[in-house]
Amino acid sequence: MAHVTFKGGVYPHKRKRFTREKTLEEYLPKGDLVYPLLQHIGGMAVPVVEPGERVLEGQLIARASGDISAPVHASVSGIVRSIESRLTVSGKKIPSIVVENDGAYEKYPAEEIGPWKELEPGERLRRIRDAGVVGMGGAGFPTHVKLAVRNPKRIRYVIVNGTECEPYMTGDYRRMVEEPEHLVEGLEIVLGFFERAVGILALEDNKRDAITALQLAVREEPRMEVRVFETKYPQGAERMLIYSVSGMEIDSTQLPADAGCIVLNVETVCAIRQALVEGRPLIQRAVTVTGKALKNPRNLLVRLGTSFAELPEAAGGFAREPRKFVCGGPMRGTALPDLDVPVVKTSTGLLCMSKDYLFKPSACIRCGSCAEVCPIHLLPARLAELASQDKEEEFRHMHGMECLGCGSCSYVCPARRALAPAIQGMRKSLLAQGKR
Amino acid sequence: MGEKKYAWTFPHVKGTMSTANLMRMVLAALLPAAVFGVFHFGPEALAHMLVCVVTCMLTEFVFEAFADRPLAVTDCSAAVTGLLLALMLPVGAPLWLGIIGSVFAVAVVKMAFGGIGKNRLNPALCGYCLLLWLFSDIMRDYSFGDFGAETLLGQLLQGETVDPLPMILGNTNGGIGQTSSLAILAGALLLLAFGVIRLRIPAAAAVSFVLTLFLFGGRGFDQLWLTTQICGGGFLLGIWFMAVDCVTSPINRQGQVLYGLLIGVLAAALRLRGIEEAIVYAILVGNMAVPLIEKITVPRAFGQRRLVKVHNDKNSGTA
Repeated sequence: MAHVTFKGGVYPHKRKRFTREKTLEEYLPKGDLVYPLLQHIGGMAVPVVEPGERVLEGQLIARASGDISAPVHASVSGIVRSIESRLTVSGKKIPSIVVENDGAYEKYPAEEIGPWKELEPGERLRRIRDAGVVGMGGAGFPTHVKLAVRNPKRIRYVIVNGTECEPYMTGDYRRMVEEPEHLVEGLEIVLGFFERAVGILALEDNKRDAITALQLAVREEPRMEVRVFETKYPQGAERMLIYSVSGMEIDSTQLPADAGCIVLNVETVCAIRQALVEGRPLIQRAVTVTGKALKNPRNLLVRLGTSFAELPEAAGGFAREPRKFVCGGPMRGTALPDLDVPVVKTSTGLLCMSKDYLFKPSACIRCGSCAEVCPIHLLPARLAELASQDKEEEFRHMHGMECLGCGSCSYVCPARRALAPAIQGMRKSLLAQGKR
Repeated sequence: MGEKKYAWTFPHVKGTMSTANLMRMVLAALLPAAVFGVFHFGPEALAHMLVCVVTCMLTEFVFEAFADRPLAVTDCSAAVTGLLLALMLPVGAPLWLGIIGSVFAVAVVKMAFGGIGKNRLNPALCGYCLLLWLFSDIMRDYSFGDFGAETLLGQLLQGETVDPLPMILGNTNGGIGQTSSLAILAGALLLLAFGVIRLRIPAAAAVSFVLTLFLFGGRGFDQLWLTTQICGGGFLLGIWFMAVDCVTSPINRQGQVLYGLLIGVLAAALRLRGIEEAIVYAILVGNMAVPLIEKITVPRAFGQRRLVKVHNDKNSGTA
């Protein structure tokens, strides 16, 4: 199938067969739950509970601070044990609320809400914010901020990102297959903010069942359509997807709204729906627990705060000795040296690899493969070299600051050089210095 | 799992292509020309290839072992250099000639500059050039069997009209692997099929070569003449196997096109001046121009407006 798509990209093995036919099943945590106060981009949430206090499932335990921030809710009922710094996926220690699960799952009384259509748009936004909804594809940008664009009439596309271009990951796919009507309802809510926008459900062409399910679900929806794109990494990257859908290119400093687009992850749209239809906050998400090292890879609905260490057991335990754990997909995921970190709003999966490939880099042969696949049309080999020499000026001149960090260059490099991490490292240090 | 070594950085999976694989694919793509050379010129051709390949690999090995560098000789890049050099030699040359060329190519042109990836010039071509300058009598003596010292291209450059058919099939004299255009093109197809090279450089070179000959050759669109120019000498082997050498060609798309065009124009100009080894010099000059080419062809980044010339803090603002 030929589709409009961006130039570049790579075709890693999909490896979705481990879990693509496994229905989403709820997993109830066994150990303590840990809620980092920063699971999003922006200001750290402020605790509103004290150690020793009993909290209920769905109860607010930390409120948002400032405009760009998101609150945190308890995902089980139990006693707040402490508020202390805990290790997170990023490898950093972040102040977290630790809750001891009492196993009762006593729900915090949900706020009585009528049909969402009767609410003012501002009130809808407030509810989305109060439910703690953030971008659940990985970025963690607070959704209420994303939706509060200056000029809603300029938004032409609301894109639900169901491309899930990372290998192994199938959480979004299962959501689309199992709850297409929820997704459509969530999209309808978002479209309510943007009167001129069309809702686009964007998928890759390898997700046939999801395409069928969604096409069926949008049959009666004049403002929505399903668009299918080539299965290619990083099709799901925001800037790439916007280009595939609208033909507009944005640079790293622009927002999707500048191209008249709003891009939301599948899981996020489901969370929006839950906030406005059921009046429940975000306390659970789909997590793909997969990899060759596991006996029974699964798609689980995991309560936020659950330790990753519990998940392999839930997936039948190990069939082979695990060599490496990755939070998220193998392309852009984070290696976890210690599994005892909590599942947060942005955790898409746990990948248990039975092999740890140690890539020994050799000299660059200037083959240009990296330039060939770079979706941003950069020269990764050159940029990585400049980064290693700390040549800021040239790095910026060669558009190093535009790097997506998708890792396609490292993936194809025949000399096995760690190009993307080098470029991202330089980029981040320049951003931290406030240079662009 | 505490002390296990982790590959920390993303991505956690990698493609299957490696430097060694690339080089093996190039070797495989050179096989048609090499096999035809042996078939056509006899066992001496094979001896030349073996001598050059072994010398190149040994030289690199010795260099790496003594300079205490990581052993990269197993990536077979030296074998490619050796085979390419052998394919350019006349079959009647003594075997020690290949040894001199190989040692120079690997030790001076490649390793002295820092090994694979660091050399600015194509080692095989430099080796060939050295031999051509030091031993021009031997290197220009293509006599073999019933054929004289002069190649068809030589006759062509002297203004004679030659039959392109022997050049295409390979039933003529010349460098060991250069006589059969068909064998070289078969190898080129393999390179393209393996994904080792892209069409840009050879296509740009061929187009600008033909165009320059057409405009300045004084023969107009003389198809026979143009065909013999393309098929004669080392032009095809040069554009398909040496101009595309990734180490010594530009890394970006536009740069590659520009580089190809430059090589084609230079090769045509030198041919019109009557120089038989035009393509060799054209590619070497192209190699030297690579840093400049790369400087003037920094690609436009996705999402950047085209007018960004000096990238400074000013133009980071949003639309």
